[in-house]
Amino acid sequence: MVQSLDYLKETASQTAGPYVHIGLIPKQAGFDIFENNFTNIMADENTRGERIIIEGRVIDGTGTPLRDALLEIWQANSDGRYNHELDRQKQGQIDERFRGWGRAGTDFDTAVYRFETIKPGVVSGRNGLDMAPHINFWIVARGINIGLNTRMYFADEQEANATDPVLNLIEQTERRKTLIANRDDSGPVPVYRFDIVLQGENETVFFDV
Amino acid sequence: MEFYQRDRTLQPAGYTPIYKTSVARSPRQAMLSLQGSLSETTGPVFGQNELGPLDNDLIRNYAKDGDPIGERIIVHGRVLDENNRPVPHTLVEFWQANAGGRYRHKKDTYLAPIDPNFGGCGRALTDENGYYFFRTIKPGPYPWRNYVNSWRPAHIHFSVFGSGFAQRLITQMYFEGDPLIKECPIVHVIPDEDAINRLIAPIDLNGSIPLDTIAYKFDIVLRGRRSTLFENRLEGN
Repeated sequence: MVQSLDYLKETASQTAGPYVHIGLIPKQAGFDIFENNFTNIMADENTRGERIIIEGRVIDGTGTPLRDALLEIWQANSDGRYNHELDRQKQGQIDERFRGWGRAGTDFDTAVYRFETIKPGVVSGRNGLDMAPHINFWIVARGINIGLNTRMYFADEQEANATDPVLNLIEQTERRKTLIANRDDSGPVPVYRFDIVLQGENETVFFDV
Repeated sequence: MEFYQRDRTLQPAGYTPIYKTSVARSPRQAMLSLQGSLSETTGPVFGQNELGPLDNDLIRNYAKDGDPIGERIIVHGRVLDENNRPVPHTLVEFWQANAGGRYRHKKDTYLAPIDPNFGGCGRALTDENGYYFFRTIKPGPYPWRNYVNSWRPAHIHFSVFGSGFAQRLITQMYFEGDPLIKECPIVHVIPDEDAINRLIAPIDLNGSIPLDTIAYKFDIVLRGRRSTLFENRLEGN
């Protein structure tokens, strides 16, 4: 026998289920209970940076979009700073008006999710390598046993994307495209469209973070 | 700083045919393992000022003309990490069916009635010791479409943040002694018996309020932080 390591074990994940909206976005479940709700609107009029909209669907292995998925995103501000004590980067400043986090459900009818936020800046990654502007996604739903992590990158950041240390880890270069959202400038606010494919052809790259 | 690698042998796989909905909703490609950067080690911070005074009291937070029907319970415990350290000031959210097994949700059509005095959701921040508590009524079991005769054991859904986005976790708490636990496909997507048992909250008589409310204790463990010993390769921060 040897000594015991005495670590605890991480609690097992369980599906968020079909009624996740009750707990996390009760208005979508059909009722109003909290005075303060967490939403998909992440920026106000004083937030620094370029206003953007992110829209997309979460698509299953049969090609059907999920109407009961919940997504959360976590991102740096326009200076590339995360609003968190562990971010000790020298560049720019924390923006007190921007938490950098939002949550949204896919719509029961259209199956589309939507975030209103700002475009993040470059964040310093491991070994001093810059990471291209990106947004971290976490997806849960009925039928998803453990939350899925992925990242969205920006099609108009071609140069930064080319040297991004995470995109470059993806061996099949073709699959890198699954993380890159195209920009649509036809409306008053630019829209990035980012579909997440859970399975099959064009399956999104997911990360074990 | 980074988190310990997630032990996937204790976590459900994506593809678990006994839980049929997972079949079309699970990736087939291997996930790409990523060492932690600031994008994973940081995460959103929440403040007590964002919560209302009744947010952790599901007996009162949607009451219209009286208390909800059902067994009055307290659920309490700690959010810890794998190093057995408390996770302070982190957001814990919970939601559940009412005593009859019905959710207040426009998509739930089960024939058990909605309780006019029960919303079924709440939230709390852990204190400096990682401790949280809330008051509610015990949820009922309910049928669901997996096999034609599948029943969910009574459960409360939990969502927990931790200090970094890579700790983000959703799980379900079950109740000691519930005979439906051993039948449930959703429970049994977890490949490890001990990991299942860690989701079952024991009755905690010491935490109960005599002649008033019985308590269940439920601790949640998030991934631990690795401290940097002899680190040669700097993280660029």
